[in-house]
Amino acid sequence: MSSQTSAPLVEMRDIRVSFGGVHAVDGVSLNLFPGEVVALVGGNGAGKSTLIRTLSGAHPADAGEILINGQRAHIGNPRDAKTYGIETIYQTLALADNVDAAANVFLGRELLTRFGSLNDAAMESATRKVMGRLNPRFRNFKAPVKSLSGGQRQSVAIARAVHFNAKILIMDEPTAALGPAETAQVRDLIVQLKAEGLGIFLISHDIHDVFDLADRISVMLQGRLVGTVQKADVTKDEVLGMIILGKQPGEADAGSLAQALH
Amino acid sequence: MTQAPSAQSAPPSGLLPRVKAAVSAIEVDSRLLSMIVALIVIWVGFNIVSGGKFLEPRNMWNLSVQTASVAVMATGMVLIIVARHIDLSVGSVLGLVGMVMALLSVEIIPKALGFGVNQPWTWIVTVLVGLVLGALIGGFQGGLVAYVGIPSFVVTLGGLLVWRAVTFTLASGRTIAPMDSTFQLLGGGPKGSVGETVSWILGILACLGIVYGIYAARRRRQRYDFPVRPLPLDIGIAVVGCAVILLAVNHANSYPWPAKLAEQYAIANGIDPVGFTLGTGIANPVLIAIGVAIVMTFFATRRRFGRYVYAIGGNPDAAELSGINTRRTIMLTFALMGVLAAVSAVISTARLNAATNQAGTGDELDVIAAAVIGGTSFAGGIGTIPGAVLGALMIQSIRSGMQLIGLDNAPQMIAVGAILVAAVGIDQVLRRRAG
Ligand SMILES: Nc1ncnc2c1ncn2[C@@H]1O[C@H](COP(=O)(O)OP(=O)(O)O)[C@@H](O)[C@H]1O
Ligand SMILES: [Mg+2]
Repeated sequence: MSSQTSAPLVEMRDIRVSFGGVHAVDGVSLNLFPGEVVALVGGNGAGKSTLIRTLSGAHPADAGEILINGQRAHIGNPRDAKTYGIETIYQTLALADNVDAAANVFLGRELLTRFGSLNDAAMESATRKVMGRLNPRFRNFKAPVKSLSGGQRQSVAIARAVHFNAKILIMDEPTAALGPAETAQVRDLIVQLKAEGLGIFLISHDIHDVFDLADRISVMLQGRLVGTVQKADVTKDEVLGMIILGKQPGEADAGSLAQALH
Repeated sequence: MTQAPSAQSAPPSGLLPRVKAAVSAIEVDSRLLSMIVALIVIWVGFNIVSGGKFLEPRNMWNLSVQTASVAVMATGMVLIIVARHIDLSVGSVLGLVGMVMALLSVEIIPKALGFGVNQPWTWIVTVLVGLVLGALIGGFQGGLVAYVGIPSFVVTLGGLLVWRAVTFTLASGRTIAPMDSTFQLLGGGPKGSVGETVSWILGILACLGIVYGIYAARRRRQRYDFPVRPLPLDIGIAVVGCAVILLAVNHANSYPWPAKLAEQYAIANGIDPVGFTLGTGIANPVLIAIGVAIVMTFFATRRRFGRYVYAIGGNPDAAELSGINTRRTIMLTFALMGVLAAVSAVISTARLNAATNQAGTGDELDVIAAAVIGGTSFAGGIGTIPGAVLGALMIQSIRSGMQLIGLDNAPQMIAVGAILVAAVGIDQVLRRRAG
């Protein structure tokens, strides 16, 4: 963190979200710099999705503030988030199942003809281009996305997020439904987008993905931030210790981790 | 956007799958195709049973006029149901708008404001006020649904009661008649039809429209190097479409004016009245319904608004997350439904030449049935406007055909109800097999 000099692209301060009595996110602060991948890890129900949904406008935070490029940002709904260049690949994919890939990629941002009508041909053409990059075997451009495989649907969700020159990309378990080949493509994509200067929040269960792709790793447990570490400073076991036991690196010895794992 | 996915695995064997694959490969909506087949069967069946009366120009012309009002509202109900809502108030809104238009054109403009009857502009003011009122009522109900979060079933059930009561109160239970002489023409009848020449011109324009539409769609796809339908198939669709249109025009023109009216017309125009006849041509309300169906299809498939309605129906959360203003879209859908109920109010008030307390009572059920028979799914996200128009035509065909062979209201209701349930049942079975 200290090695970065410019202002952070995103700064989330003391974010709190509760559902009824459950503190899903309990005072978490995170930041993200341009060209950086921050992995957000933690067990199921740790609050990762809820935290990033406050950034993408899907759910309001009960407390806390979000700064974009050092400026206080008001993100009340997904439209607001998009105006800040924030794009999200949701864990649930959030696709309209009854329309085709192009309609999903451009949903809410349709290409129009001179007369203000939908330019479906242009949208299909653009979608074919993005898909050529993301998933060259994708063919079903005319089919409603409900008839696609899990991997193809995920490709559509990714295409939608990367097509609009995002500055900040949120990926909530983007490879969950993908096979090995498609997963490799998404990894390449992340490397490429990072090189283009995007800031990326990557939520992943795959500790290998996290260590291959992330610059920093933030760990959540039961709604709280256990800590944020430079990837270079920690081992996989130390991160696992943070995820499972909530211990800082060095605090948990190999014995207690092994015990917890069994 | 609701078409079946194109089959692209190994060529299927067996007759049924092969037919299915062929239909999906040519990108013709198979649901629509099967409705057309069903309609032809119904028509031919009634024609045989009625001894050839059903397909006579007179009956078909009447059928077209009787279908218009429900067909207009069904085009809007499709979008309402696609968006996972319902509007039970359309019949009452029709009644209220009809009553307000009647009071305006029969009492307020001629008497209270002192302009006298049958001013040339009366009908325009009347129709505009009706359409605006429909939009306001629909928008108000839509606002309660979208922004306050009251279920649409509840809001519009309330509307069904309230608007009917307001209609009754406004005229203290009276029937308001007769309507302005120009306004009457919007309801059909010999004078409320466009005649032979205009019918032919419209028919030919429609044919040119079909040909151009198919040509433009081909060119657009070719420009982007997308696969196009085989040329003979496109030509075949154009030929069949044009043939149907010209046949329908010919049929409408074969329905003669009543002898007395024709005689009066001949004398007034200095023509020898002996043996003089006049073809009726397409009725104004039918033209209105066709126009509405075309505009609504355009909205549903070619405009952002329609895309958003379908996306909301497919997955409301996804629509919201992708940045669509879902609340505004829902409110607009209900406002549009209100406008269409007002259009139907124009048609039925003009046709009856009166506004009554009971106008439109029960129409919501025919309208919903038409949309559902036409393939609109209560699960949301699925439904087409041409399907709903065909659904309206099918319901009216059954009513009219049974009437023709002397069956009264009770068996008609049984038939419509049975077909409604059967259509949805068949949909379910087919979808499960496909899915
Ligand atoms: N919409 C919601 N309503 C109620 N509780 C929720 C909702 N979304 C998440 N939660 C709860 O918040 C906690 C965090 O969930 P989530 O953010 O999905 O975790 P993660 O993404 O880390 O698996 C869980 O206890 C979950 O049950
Ligand atoms: Mg999650």
